[in-house]
Amino acid sequence: MSANGSRVISVGHYQPEKVLTNEDLAEMVDTNDEWIVSRVGIKERRIAAENEKVADMAIKAAEQALANSGYGPADIDMVIVATVSAKDVCPNTACRVADALGIASPAAIDVNTACSGFEYALAQADMAIRVGSATRALVIGAEKLTAVTDWEDRSSCVLFGDAAGALVVEGTDDPALAVSPVVWGSEPSMSDVIRIEEDVPFIKQAGQTVFRWATTQLAPLVEQVAERADVKVSELAAFVPHQANLRIIQGIAKRLDFSEDCVIAEDIVYSGNTSAASVPLALSKLVQSGKVASGAPILLFGFGGGLTYAGQVIRCP
Amino acid sequence: MSRDEIREGLSDILEEVAGVNPDDVAEDKSFTDDLDVDSLAMVEVVVAAEEKFGVKIPDDEVANLKTVGDAVSYIEKG
Repeated sequence: MSANGSRVISVGHYQPEKVLTNEDLAEMVDTNDEWIVSRVGIKERRIAAENEKVADMAIKAAEQALANSGYGPADIDMVIVATVSAKDVCPNTACRVADALGIASPAAIDVNTACSGFEYALAQADMAIRVGSATRALVIGAEKLTAVTDWEDRSSCVLFGDAAGALVVEGTDDPALAVSPVVWGSEPSMSDVIRIEEDVPFIKQAGQTVFRWATTQLAPLVEQVAERADVKVSELAAFVPHQANLRIIQGIAKRLDFSEDCVIAEDIVYSGNTSAASVPLALSKLVQSGKVASGAPILLFGFGGGLTYAGQVIRCP
Repeated sequence: MSRDEIREGLSDILEEVAGVNPDDVAEDKSFTDDLDVDSLAMVEVVVAAEEKFGVKIPDDEVANLKTVGDAVSYIEKG
């Protein structure tokens, strides 16, 4: 059985208990609160425990999203996890999540498109539901970026945090509630701009190049996402971009025609950059805050390593 | 376009994107040390300068533009 589309029915998220403040970082490297806040807008971030894995965080976010959906494990037939930082590659994180939640025989997939991974994963779940290969999916973004952070690099170690976010999607025949067709792509010629590679297993990026790309090239892509969803940018109730850097978020936003009432997610201030987890984390908090009405359009947009990007409009559950 | 005109154009950009007081802008001033323009604000200045003066300033070149005078010279060459 296939459906004409899929819709988001619930959200969930998890962040580790331990808070790392800018003051804490100032004791580790040559930096200070003013420098960090003015450059990247981050006040604090959450750090996973040493023995806490990407899968552990994914499981907690998924449990919450599933509980909020009103369904049980037997009702899920697809688990898809976006992550760039899972150290365990087999079994993949999706199988660990499915096993922990008691989901018996789902399609279980990990996706790696770095910071845009969640939007790629959501698009694949949406397509699987549209063609009838899945009926209800758990879509998760989970990262332990502090495991791939160079704690001696003052320009990057202030940026990253750990988290997971999740949502449940199921089939719908109501176009007013459906996830819009994804706009996705990449800039492979800029592959070297953000790297976590074998020779240097930490996140290394050319900050100015990434900043220029993000603040000049992405706003037109966000407009394309809205166009494919048949929604005007000015009609959006919320914009949840990848939480890379507050100045990037604001730099993109100022080029777009949002209404004054549109909520622009700025969870980065309290969570740092959590790569593929950042959008579902910010989205989950936004939905739980009740600031966005059920059914209102929310534009999700991920961008990052690859370089890759993807976005779609969902309706607030 | 004369060096003075380019400098004035840059001064307008610096005021708009980085809040720099136009009275402080002179050719011998360092963007980082004298005008407090950080690396990301420098990207915003460069992007605005490309639009205003119709030049291309690649990322590799940005690191060489240490003073206002360096930027004026680069833009003057077109």
